[in-house]
Amino acid sequence: MNIAIASGKGGTGKTTVAVNLALALEDVQLFDCDVEEPNCNLFLGFELEPVEEVTCLVPEINPDKCTLCEKCADFCKYNALAALPNKIMFFPSLCHGCGGCSLVCPAGAIEEKLRSIGRIEKASSQTSLKFLRGILNIGEAMATPVIRSLQRHLDESRPVIFDSPPGTACPVLAVMGCADYCVLVTESTPFGFHDFLLALEATRALNVPVGVVLNRDGLGDSRVEEFCRAEGIPILLRIPNDRMIARLYSEGIPFVKEMPDWKEKFEDMFETIKALVCKSTGVQ
Amino acid sequence: MRQLAIISGKGGCGKTTLTAAFSSLSGNSVLADCDVDASDLPLILKPQVLKTEDCLGLELASIDLKLCTGCGICREICRFGAVLENFTINPYGCEGCAVCTVACPENAVSLMPRVSGQAVSSITRFGPMAHAKLGTGEEASGKLVNLVRKKAVELADRYSCKLVLIDGPPGTGCPVMAAITGTDLVLVLSEPTVSGLHDLKRAIKLTAHFRIPTVACINKYDLNEKKSLEIEAFCREAGIPLLARLPYADITTEAMMKEETVIEYAAHSGDSGAVEFANIVRNLWAELEMRLSETFKKEMCPKALRIRGT
Ligand code: SF4
Ligand code: SF4
Ligand code: SF4
Ligand code: SF4
Repeated sequence: MNIAIASGKGGTGKTTVAVNLALALEDVQLFDCDVEEPNCNLFLGFELEPVEEVTCLVPEINPDKCTLCEKCADFCKYNALAALPNKIMFFPSLCHGCGGCSLVCPAGAIEEKLRSIGRIEKASSQTSLKFLRGILNIGEAMATPVIRSLQRHLDESRPVIFDSPPGTACPVLAVMGCADYCVLVTESTPFGFHDFLLALEATRALNVPVGVVLNRDGLGDSRVEEFCRAEGIPILLRIPNDRMIARLYSEGIPFVKEMPDWKEKFEDMFETIKALVCKSTGVQ
Repeated sequence: MRQLAIISGKGGCGKTTLTAAFSSLSGNSVLADCDVDASDLPLILKPQVLKTEDCLGLELASIDLKLCTGCGICREICRFGAVLENFTINPYGCEGCAVCTVACPENAVSLMPRVSGQAVSSITRFGPMAHAKLGTGEEASGKLVNLVRKKAVELADRYSCKLVLIDGPPGTGCPVMAAITGTDLVLVLSEPTVSGLHDLKRAIKLTAHFRIPTVACINKYDLNEKKSLEIEAFCREAGIPLLARLPYADITTEAMMKEETVIEYAAHSGDSGAVEFANIVRNLWAELEMRLSETFKKEMCPKALRIRGT
């Protein structure tokens, strides 16, 4: 079972929920899919070792064969190739690796080679928690391929928790798209509610069942609650607006470690999700 | 005309709250909400829309099923897995690369324009504002940010405003770069958390790269005084003026609940904590205004440009 933890905007406590949930459970996997800002390990403090280089195919132009016909530069939709009077310039950071330029080149002057855009790392320590994360190299734009590579390391026999990137753009959909259940973390404030609706729209577009974690509960009003009740969206957990929790967060300490009664609450939440997933897929 | 951008390495650290407060203090400015992914400023400022303009994103492939023979070449050649089994296109997967259009032997595929969002010009109780709406699954592109900034400058000209206030997107990617290039001053908002200092350093690297004078402030400084001291030490080291330390306070949320800026909220709530908070914001704004002024630019800027230790 794959559970994605997501939110319409960063800073709502998505990583906190993912990490605490993973730590509260036995025998689960935690995948940090927020490849632009993989923050889970700030709270876990694991030793990490590289497992894979994520690459993308990019063109390499052989100047001896190139006739400067400019077909490749005309074709490229991302302006990654520019035709100069005496050569074709390539801008790697703009290339999406579509392979189109080598396809259209009439002279066979373009070969493709691999270029690193990020890497996958895993926790080396002998913990019951299997932790992996993807990292996109700074200045690269293609987060989705890194997420896809990360997802290939899934062990289907155990539940997995994805810390999804914030927002509703492509990388988020790549994470939600392979989840059986999506947990949206939000606050019951005008901003929180607005961002929550954006994320909810994304889960609906992908047809993934959703539940809500209300973070900093007690602050704000009941608008998220009322909306969820009306729409039949379960509220799985409430994390109070507690200074102790905020402080532990600022120190990088997962609060289940310091406040053991929370372990049970996260376990309950997990059981609820399990039941809800069974209900929505039909019991096998 | 001057441009001030407010950014933070990460979302949710009060950037929008501060920008809204500044707009109520500045009197004569245009707001540019460049946090196009999750545009929250309109929730407080209640803009009246004047005009919207579509922003075209990457194109989208479309297969004419009358011409398609189902040979499967497009499915094989698409590197983004965007052609589905029934030879329709998954709009969230397609990157509009056009490879399928040239690969299809039947000429059955064409590219269609796709609207990725709208840039909106509005008017609020504090002046004109430019913002954007982004479709689901659409990338917060530098292009849309640029369009919003262009609209803001147009509005500034039309309403003769002296300042453009930019609420920047989170992170350090392409949209942030688009939001800060060519501005006169950047305020980086920081938080004393495990990732706070790291995020601040990344943001400052970016402003140093573009050689934009940069100042910082810490939000919720009393949440973790030790981490705040680390941030202060770093700012001193790097030569980044630290203009304010804002306390951890629920009044930012209370003001948001009333759909007001903290300045408005403090003015009528009479709560002493709120008044104190508003005063810190006022002082911060006075500092920023001073740094944006003509004289300051002339006298100080060569010095402010040099950012050390990044
Ligand atoms: S592989 Fe695609 S994106 Fe990259 S340069 Fe060639 S045509 Fe452009
Ligand atoms: S299409 Fe091939 S031959 Fe033409 S300019 Fe590009 S690399 Fe050179
Ligand atoms: S390549 Fe053209 S004809 Fe073949 S399946 Fe694709 S759209 Fe149909
Ligand atoms: S345009 Fe490119 S990404 Fe879109 S379906 Fe065609 S080959 Fe795939």
